Amino acid sequence: MKGQGILKGLGVTLKHLIDTYLEDIKAGKDRYYTEEGVRQRMTSDTKGIFTVNYPEERLPLAEAFRFVPFLVYDEEDGEQIVRCTACGICSKVCPSQCIWITRAEDPETGKPLKTPAEFAIDIDLCMNCGYCAEYCPFDAIKMDHDFELAGYERMEANIHLKDRLLKPASYYAEIRPLNYALEQKAKAELAERKAARRAKVD
Amino acid sequence: MTEGLNLPEYYIPPEIEGTVAITTLDRIYNWGRRYSVWPMFFGLACCAIEMIATAGARFDMARFGMEIMRPSPRQCDLMIISGTVTKKLVPQIVRLYNQMPEPKYVLSMGACASGGGPFKRGYNVVAGIDKFLPVDVYVPGCPPTPQALLFGLMKIQEKIDQESISKVRWYSDEPDEGIPVPILGPDLIDPRDFPALLKKEQEKEKQA
Amino acid sequence: MSEQTAVINKINQSIINRFPDWVREDEREGYEGLLVEAAHLIPFMEVLRDEFGYDSLTSVTGVDYLPEEKMEVVYHLYKSTGGSILVVKVQVPRSSPVIPSLVGLYPGAAFQEREAWDLLGIRFEGHPNLKRILMWEGFEGHPLRKDWVEAFFEGEFKPYEDRWPEGKVSKIETDKPLGKNINYPEGFNPETWIPDAKELLFQGTVSLKTEDDDPGLETEHLVVNLGPQHPSTHGVFRMVAKLEGETVVDLEPVMGYLHRNHEKIGERNTFSMNMPYTDRLDYFCSMSNNFGYALSVEKLLGEKYQPPERAQYIRVIMAELTRILNHFMAIGFFLNDLGAYFTPALYAIKERELILDIFEAVSGSRMMCNYFRFGGVVRDLPEGIEEHIRKMVYERLPRQIDEMDRYLVDNEIVVSRCQGVGVLTPEQAIAYSAAGPVLRASGVPYDIRRADPYGIYDRFDFDVAVRYHGDVYDRFLIKYDEVRQSIRILQQAIDGLPGGEILANKPAYKFRMPKGESYGRVEGPKGELGFYIVSDGTNNPWRYHVRAPSFINLTGLREMSLGEKIADLVAILGSIDIVLGEVDR
Repeated sequence: MKGQGILKGLGVTLKHLIDTYLEDIKAGKDRYYTEEGVRQRMTSDTKGIFTVNYPEERLPLAEAFRFVPFLVYDEEDGEQIVRCTACGICSKVCPSQCIWITRAEDPETGKPLKTPAEFAIDIDLCMNCGYCAEYCPFDAIKMDHDFELAGYERMEANIHLKDRLLKPASYYAEIRPLNYALEQKAKAELAERKAARRAKVD
Repeated sequence: MTEGLNLPEYYIPPEIEGTVAITTLDRIYNWGRRYSVWPMFFGLACCAIEMIATAGARFDMARFGMEIMRPSPRQCDLMIISGTVTKKLVPQIVRLYNQMPEPKYVLSMGACASGGGPFKRGYNVVAGIDKFLPVDVYVPGCPPTPQALLFGLMKIQEKIDQESISKVRWYSDEPDEGIPVPILGPDLIDPRDFPALLKKEQEKEKQA
Repeated sequence: MSEQTAVINKINQSIINRFPDWVREDEREGYEGLLVEAAHLIPFMEVLRDEFGYDSLTSVTGVDYLPEEKMEVVYHLYKSTGGSILVVKVQVPRSSPVIPSLVGLYPGAAFQEREAWDLLGIRFEGHPNLKRILMWEGFEGHPLRKDWVEAFFEGEFKPYEDRWPEGKVSKIETDKPLGKNINYPEGFNPETWIPDAKELLFQGTVSLKTEDDDPGLETEHLVVNLGPQHPSTHGVFRMVAKLEGETVVDLEPVMGYLHRNHEKIGERNTFSMNMPYTDRLDYFCSMSNNFGYALSVEKLLGEKYQPPERAQYIRVIMAELTRILNHFMAIGFFLNDLGAYFTPALYAIKERELILDIFEAVSGSRMMCNYFRFGGVVRDLPEGIEEHIRKMVYERLPRQIDEMDRYLVDNEIVVSRCQGVGVLTPEQAIAYSAAGPVLRASGVPYDIRRADPYGIYDRFDFDVAVRYHGDVYDRFLIKYDEVRQSIRILQQAIDGLPGGEILANKPAYKFRMPKGESYGRVEGPKGELGFYIVSDGTNNPWRYHVRAPSFINLTGLREMSLGEKIADLVAILGSIDIVLGEVDR
């Protein structure tokens, strides 16, 4: 019979419509504006309303999520210790060549120091590929989770200089807990081995 | 003084309290506009897919009154430059912009539209749409996630909120000239560059 | 591998024996295939096609060997019955690169030869319409030539020297007098320069024939222009159609509106830098693009860079998920084009979002995954994601594709708009170098995963989806078939996923590249995605060419559209499933 196919299709849309109400009744209030609610909407058996009401609700970001890069510093006795050693690997691997680094120099001897005097990333060039974070041997540059960067200006605002790029290690630990734990573990092991070696020499 | 009119504690005589509500004309005007921004259905590149995803069920631009994507520039308020702008396409984009009625806004989505992005050095790439159009909001990212785009759209709303009906350019008497449409010659020619180009030519002639 | 090379050598030998005088083996280090003299190209190709069975010319491209003052045109051919690629090359002097056109023999070469003319300046004699295709007519120079320099030139190769250790950040346009990415030829004066008015109207297009085909009858042909800003062109594609009433009598696709100079940038990049750029080719299917590029570079790097088992399985899982995602979106957008505005697309986007969650968890980005590395993948599957994939491929995706089936396939409007429209016969499909779903919907069961297996595809049990009518409806249905086959592969892959390493070597960004060339191809969701790479032994590719399936599938668009109604043009284009990032690169 003509029209059967259309009716069958309309049945599917009707089912979707009914599902939205059934799911809302079944899940109750917890479905919206709670973290479990959002997570439930991300599972493979989600039904009904699929919308995540940004900005009130936020999609949980995967740990690996990458937006623009930032620099990590450690805090020791209230002092900022920048992890970056200005080795330049990130600027060499960067596919769009959006990283500029000026290596610091010892003001007296003029010898290069292992820290950046200036560090700039043009996020109008950056393609968020994550190579800089991947190849950094010092875990000094990482990809950020903060995507709310929209603004009314770009020539100044979209060039991130060192001050803007620096974020504490605690922030890094917060957005990438697993990675951070792994790195800390590796670091502790390395320190332990060094100490053991030193003890042997002594 | 007008600011106070928007606040709930503004004094209204008790005998008419239940029957009137007062606000400023600006606020009502902007309230109407901020929830009915119609973007143009015009995808350029990768970012366009994220733009469509934003219109999809999960992010749902309809919550902001922006789901009505119109393919015709005559019916649009917002142009989302969603991707790399190439020299071959920029005449069309400028023409589309000129065809949009006021008030109009431009949102530059992603690194490519803002500044050329990873393709900036390409021979066919315009390094930033703001070289031709006035951009209102820049959304960085490559590509910006739908949530980042929504944040950008909220910035547009904020911008709308700050406008005043007495000062906006579309009610002023200044004629709207439009933006001169670039020409495809041996390379992209912007009519606004003519004086500079001619000067260069003349200097060369002088030297010769 | 060695067995395969032996077979190729045998085939090559038998061809050389046939024409001992002007065909010889390419004996440069790292190169393969046959070198033919330009004057004899056409009779040679005719024999290859008719006697040896190489009926499909899959890729045509040029290489500029500046130091040797030579231009080389490289042809890749295969038999539609299966087997490996045959490479044929023609060398001509760089000062006058003229080569006979193969459009008469293989119509599928039409666009690719135009591209080689546009970007490299190789003139194909006898081409019916040798005009620029990606740039506009009137553009100065041929940009892919090695001595051509773009306006924002910062250095021959990346990484640029001024970034470290004394990097001073600046926007490059600030150094330019006009602040723009433009370069005019010597003596260019905008006042005396007069553009051709007709050229301006049809910039980059051929002028559709103006003289009436049937002078006896007083009819007027109407030229209708669709795009580049049109909701149904899937981006910035343009079609110029000549109509007789409502019937299409001539059609000219115009592209290049998203030409982002992928290849020129790719030749300035290092090998590893190109990986994230490939994401932006077909931006739905970044995982497949990564796969193709990784495969061709690994071919060049040799045995040492064979990915370990686990990585191989992860690669297959990601590539097949990409195929499902792409086909869901293709179905959704296709229905958009037919006028079922947005509801099917919404359902498709929902499935896509759930797959994108997987991609975001494993790679960090929803669309631009940049997940593959030479010799494996960048990181292992995070905890819990394997379970999620398992649930998706065993429960959700089969259920959803069935729902999509119930929802759309029997719909009478869809059926009557699609059946019998835009037919491409099997012979035409092969001749026009069509690939992927377009080829298979025309009744040619050619799937690289089966015909010339790569990775570990030879281990999985699946059927090559094929449909026989070659019309829009079959091109629509075949996407369902392919999704179902992909689900089968995924179920086997997720069950068989072994533990172990994910990278064959230490993470590296510099490689000891041997000299030579390689052509790696994968069966992308849209068809054969090939990467042709020439390495001169440095860290940057000398030539980097993408054989883009969407681009080449469009060659047959005119043939499919002739005689159809204007309203069906949109359906035909939608059924080919193009992505402009890949068409224009």
